[in-house]
Amino acid sequence: MGYAAGVGKTFQMLADGGAAAQRGVDVVIAYFQPHARPDTIEQSQGLEIVPHRKIEYRDKTFEEMDTGAVLERKPSVALVDELAHTNIPGSERTKRWEDVQLLLDAGIEVWTTMNVQHIESLNDQIWQITGIQVRETVPDGIVRQAAEIVAVDVTPDALLNRLKRGAVYKPEMVEKALNGFFKGSNLGALRELTLRQAAHEVDLRQSAYDETRAFQVPRISEVRPGGVADNQPKERILIHITADPSTAMLIRRGRRVADYLHADCIALFVHRTAQLSELPAQERAAVERHLRFARSLQIGTQVVGGTDVSKTVVEFARRNEVTQIFVAHSELPLLDRLRGRNFTENIVRQAQDLQVTVVADRSRRQVS
Amino acid sequence: MFTMRLSELPRPSPERLLKQVQAEESKRWGAKLKIFLGYAPGVGKSYRMLDEARRRHERGEDVVVGAVQGQQSEDVQALLRKLELIPQLQTPEGQATDLDAILRRAPQVCVIDPLAAQNPPGSRHAHRWQDVQELLHNGISVLSSVNLLHVEEYKEKVQAITGKNTTETIPKSFLLAADDIVIVDVPPDLCLWRQGEKLTSTGISNSQERQLSELRELALLLTAEVVDAQLESYVHAHGIEPVFGTHERFLVCMTPHSNAPAMIESGERNKERFQGDLYAVYVCEPGRSKRERVTIRRYFDAAKKAGASTEVLESNDPISAIVEFAREKRITQIFIGHSAHNTWRDRVFGDPVLRLIRAAEGIDVRVFPH
Repeated sequence: MGYAAGVGKTFQMLADGGAAAQRGVDVVIAYFQPHARPDTIEQSQGLEIVPHRKIEYRDKTFEEMDTGAVLERKPSVALVDELAHTNIPGSERTKRWEDVQLLLDAGIEVWTTMNVQHIESLNDQIWQITGIQVRETVPDGIVRQAAEIVAVDVTPDALLNRLKRGAVYKPEMVEKALNGFFKGSNLGALRELTLRQAAHEVDLRQSAYDETRAFQVPRISEVRPGGVADNQPKERILIHITADPSTAMLIRRGRRVADYLHADCIALFVHRTAQLSELPAQERAAVERHLRFARSLQIGTQVVGGTDVSKTVVEFARRNEVTQIFVAHSELPLLDRLRGRNFTENIVRQAQDLQVTVVADRSRRQVS
Repeated sequence: MFTMRLSELPRPSPERLLKQVQAEESKRWGAKLKIFLGYAPGVGKSYRMLDEARRRHERGEDVVVGAVQGQQSEDVQALLRKLELIPQLQTPEGQATDLDAILRRAPQVCVIDPLAAQNPPGSRHAHRWQDVQELLHNGISVLSSVNLLHVEEYKEKVQAITGKNTTETIPKSFLLAADDIVIVDVPPDLCLWRQGEKLTSTGISNSQERQLSELRELALLLTAEVVDAQLESYVHAHGIEPVFGTHERFLVCMTPHSNAPAMIESGERNKERFQGDLYAVYVCEPGRSKRERVTIRRYFDAAKKAGASTEVLESNDPISAIVEFAREKRITQIFIGHSAHNTWRDRVFGDPVLRLIRAAEGIDVRVFPH
């Protein structure tokens, strides 16, 4: 895991793969960028490459991993660059991590690369820090099932030197990079985030050592937070789902906090009747999207009927021994607020026996 | 001369750090110190460091090697053969860096490794890191490496985990003042393999891997802390807006009538789980009774015990004071409690909890029951 293009993730993956091959491990390159840097290409020498699949799309030829061929070759270890990659339309699966999942299910060990900004639950924080919204993400659960995470570290100065030498992007891309992710304090901030994320991942895996043998790939169920001895009563987080776009960041934040606190996490949508089919089409699509998104981050979802939404949420929380309710901050005109229509404030007022976390909108950068 | 003291605060203020770094840099004519940090022997620090020396040499920088570790792997020896070596002084008590020879040779970059070594009696400096400073002050950049065990503030923790002890340490402030620090991270199994343990089908003992994993976590967090300090001084030096959200920072707002003990306890737990920072403030308002003042004092003691940085804010507008403080300290989550006691102000301006939620743009607000 790294914090930007050019930190040396692919290089290190190939170097480690080469070293493993020399020790007699059956390693193949299942995918790596054909337009890689010369240093990196050098590392791939001597390693077997499973030919990429060529896919025609809009009169251009794109190369993707040939998952079928890798499965047929069945190596011990497959090196797959860029886990967060979105496959070209026309591929069998949308995301490369889905292809990787197939390899893992077939018993092939996978070594892969990604940047910290591709972790789904960090999306809003990355936006807040860099002002850039990352589109290609990997669900936290996919990262969590990795047996190991390695931080590939380099100083921002060294990275900028590489960039300016043309060792990272083609010359026409350099300017754009310097004004985007590579700008000012961004690199340092992303680097700090990577190191903290790596420390957190290492921490989560320590409990797995106690139970499993070394080298056994822990599955999601085995490394779920909560394995660590803890004499505190277990926290339980309830995320309130609405059709509002802010729900996505609420889910991401809830997932993240639950992971760190080793808490359970559930998501709830409340409607007059518990039938989603009664919602207007647009609202229904948004709610269903949010419920799906929550489930993709391993958060259980429930739909409950109730006319008074805040009251229903609070009662549900009490019944299910929730310790913390996560709500988004709704901005309403003053008039609505005076009429007591602010949902967030109603929850805070009604749930005086529970903790309520009002999650900030991180997409707006703060001005100090 | 610039000296390092062990008594220095582990987390200097950004202004102080910036001044310290600038003062240090002005004496160095652009010479830079880069440190490669590892969590245990066998992670490959020396290799990474010497490989960088080789690359710089190949790109035309004038690089020499002034001191290296005694035992070297074949890979490291191969790198050393490509670099110019300045032999160490041989004394009956051991080897020492030949500072005079290096200063006469006056390269751009010198490898001095490991950083935490002690010089034999009678040397110019007692510690290797003081040799490094002398080179830096003479305009020579230094590449060096150190293991977590040899950072003074981590010595005891590492000892508690591994049972290993050392007398050769460098202060953490030396790391914080370095221009660059890079962590060399590998999975524990590979580290053990490089230490000479054989990889077998049964795997390496879990307890050893687990120990290394704990050291690894500490080393990653230490590096994150150094990077955070550098980020703060960068922000101050360039007068740009502070960076939010790289690291969780909790702020507990204490009042005599909220459930401050529960908030402090939760704050402490969050701080530990997130490896974050904890702050606790009280906004001083006139007209507090003696009983209220005693309560607040008790809360302050509890907050300090929980590892919080505490502060009393003076303001007629508590909500603005809290938000302002939170922005300055880059707080990511504010803890506030429902009050068991409504004042005339609350009746006029509305519930303070709700007012804080509206004002705390970009910061999460966690409301605690009374």
